[in-house]
Amino acid sequence: MNFDFSEDQKLLRDQARRFLSGKCSLKTVRKVFEGDHGYDRDLWMAIAEMGWLGTAIPESFGGLGLGHLELCVIAEELGRALAPLPFSSTVYLFAEAVLLAGSEEQKKACLPKIATGRLIGTFARAEAAGAVTPKSIRTAFRGNRLSGKKIAVADGMDADFAVVLARANDEPGERGLCLAIADLKGPGVSRRHEESIDPSRKHAEISFDNAPAEPLGRPGEGWSIANSVLDRAAVLVAFEQVGGADACLAMAKEYALTRHAFGRPIASYQAIKHKLADMYVNTELARSNAYYGAWALSTNARELPLAAAAARISATQAFDYAAKENVQTHGGIGFTWEADPHLFYKRSRELALSLGPQRSWKDRLVSQLEASNA
Amino acid sequence: MDFEDTPAEAAFRAQVRKWLEENAPRGREESDGDELGDRLTRDALAEARAWQAKKAKAGYARITWPKEVGGLGGTPIQQVIFNQEEAKFGLGANTPFAIGLGMCIPTLMAYGSKEAVARYVKPALYGEEIWCQLFSEPAAGSDVAGLRTRAERQGDHWVVNGQKIWTTGAQISDFGILLTRTDPNVPKHKGLTMFFLSMKSPGVEVRPIRQASGASGFNEVFFTGVKIPDSQRLGEVGQGWQVALTTLMHERLAVGGGQGGAIDVKELLQLARTLELEDGPAIRNAAVRERIADWYVRSAGLKYTTYRTMTALSKGQQPGPEASIAKVVVASKLQDLSAFAMELEGEAGALKGGDAPMHGAFQMGWLSAPGLRIAGGTDEILRNIIAERVLGLPQDVRVDKDIPFNKLPTGR
Repeated sequence: MNFDFSEDQKLLRDQARRFLSGKCSLKTVRKVFEGDHGYDRDLWMAIAEMGWLGTAIPESFGGLGLGHLELCVIAEELGRALAPLPFSSTVYLFAEAVLLAGSEEQKKACLPKIATGRLIGTFARAEAAGAVTPKSIRTAFRGNRLSGKKIAVADGMDADFAVVLARANDEPGERGLCLAIADLKGPGVSRRHEESIDPSRKHAEISFDNAPAEPLGRPGEGWSIANSVLDRAAVLVAFEQVGGADACLAMAKEYALTRHAFGRPIASYQAIKHKLADMYVNTELARSNAYYGAWALSTNARELPLAAAAARISATQAFDYAAKENVQTHGGIGFTWEADPHLFYKRSRELALSLGPQRSWKDRLVSQLEASNA
Repeated sequence: MDFEDTPAEAAFRAQVRKWLEENAPRGREESDGDELGDRLTRDALAEARAWQAKKAKAGYARITWPKEVGGLGGTPIQQVIFNQEEAKFGLGANTPFAIGLGMCIPTLMAYGSKEAVARYVKPALYGEEIWCQLFSEPAAGSDVAGLRTRAERQGDHWVVNGQKIWTTGAQISDFGILLTRTDPNVPKHKGLTMFFLSMKSPGVEVRPIRQASGASGFNEVFFTGVKIPDSQRLGEVGQGWQVALTTLMHERLAVGGGQGGAIDVKELLQLARTLELEDGPAIRNAAVRERIADWYVRSAGLKYTTYRTMTALSKGQQPGPEASIAKVVVASKLQDLSAFAMELEGEAGALKGGDAPMHGAFQMGWLSAPGLRIAGGTDEILRNIIAERVLGLPQDVRVDKDIPFNKLPTGR
């Protein structure tokens, strides 16, 4: 049994943590949170220089060619730091989609640029409030032209390219769906900034009006490729969530140890201790599920869809709980703009929704259980 | 990252498996006993003793103990491997020797005389003598140092009066380790002394407790003028609390053996596939699917946490604090999941045993769950332990800290 990261991977995690605690304090997060820019450009170029963006990109496409376990440990640290970067959109979604379904030319065109920080990508699915289903996709992709509108696209204001889930023909259900890569700076594309609960990641509505785009993968496979990309991203985001939950627990603990009420530290009251113990329990369960997801992702295991759903649900629940109870542990100060707990509270919800809500992941998980027990 | 044994572990597993195939008794029915271990039948006890003796002879009864005392001189991961393989034969769970070998005998080995070690360790290892642990009392549960059973010195022996409770296996035990109050004039932790005694001593009376689930795994034990020779004292007079901490530290690592047949997501899934609800099959109902997923991620999280613990053991490291979370998660999950399954069963959910769906598996789980949330440390005490020992938060304010025991206010 060797269900742990290797010493080299742990070393990478420690380096990432040290780097981010120096270069990406919560002050840095706040600058993006309160500013107009979608991300911190200096930080983006710094992590590109260290090779983080190309961690799982093969060397033949300009990456480090390490692997997904290495990407997982970096993800945990980015999540802990609330790094205000379009990392997940670019690396977990866009790059993974290209790696999974792209042609040789597409890989050559995109991946080296991603690895060097010169291409920001994103993934556009939702078109309206409610569930994303094959039926809900109306954006049309015909004759290499896209027409339609996508909403709530994370990092959509800053992305250079997007993978877009679209309808290729009139065949019913998922058979009519495809993926397309669109140049967001090209003709026929317009964007509008959408207010969001977590301004440290800017969201956009993107409209396509006969915009030139190229197919990614074959028509009819759009839905299944998109789901595979989501599975892979779910594991990586789960590590960000575990890192975020861990940070909330540390913050709540530190505050509870120093804040006194009724003549003693509030950390000595069971109401607080049990809350923090529950944060710990949830975070450890989430970490273990994320590890299993990491194993499935790095080995392309048959169990990946089940492992990814479990990792996502567990991590979402852990970060949600830790973030809201961190605010609660801080009391009134925790609800001020100046104090930091709300940064985590907002990020936790943003991450909980960005790859689709728990409800849909729970349904996927049970479908996997049904299939495996058939 | 992988789930494979190291070559040395694989060799040990093969060796164990071969031995089990040649030696393990076959054709035993799986026990459907209470979560907390129902009273063993005479036959089952004889079978358990025979199996224990076989294991002891081969060195497998206590793998991490040194060879001099009948162990194998092995590593914790080897013990885990043995437990896993043994479980595949339906053996090893709920053994009547776990408390004796896991807690009592290690305490005896740490504090007992050479003569005592020579006399008691081997019969316990071979399953010839069963031990119990006499700590909890009616007025001293979570706060066990508040116990009141008195031991008073009379020459070369001690006289014990008082009552213990929640004593697992007392009705089948030959010996017990007993924590007593020898000095009520000092603060509670300082006035305790540990002994061991024969459960057949005059003045010892064992009464099984009928639990709310209907089963009887626990006992009350009454002591009326029980004489214990001073040679059976473990540790110094007044050092009983330190000795008790040693006992609790030796608590068996609960990894590798699984959760002993408790119902879980698999059974709920099975039930949901067979039941019809208002809007069709239960398994197609969105609310049902959400709950199944919620419990699945907790079960899977625990399973993979165990893998992490085993990885640490495999590398020769101490398991991390994550090993402490299991019971908090398992007990309340069992309670909630069972209640939810009974909801799905509708009015038939109120039935039990053979009249209930799936032979009353969920009813059994629901009936035993309250005990699981209390036994071996309540959910609340376990959260305190996580908060204090894992997270380093302060202990509760101890208002009884510096007050002599006999000056403490007593409630119920």
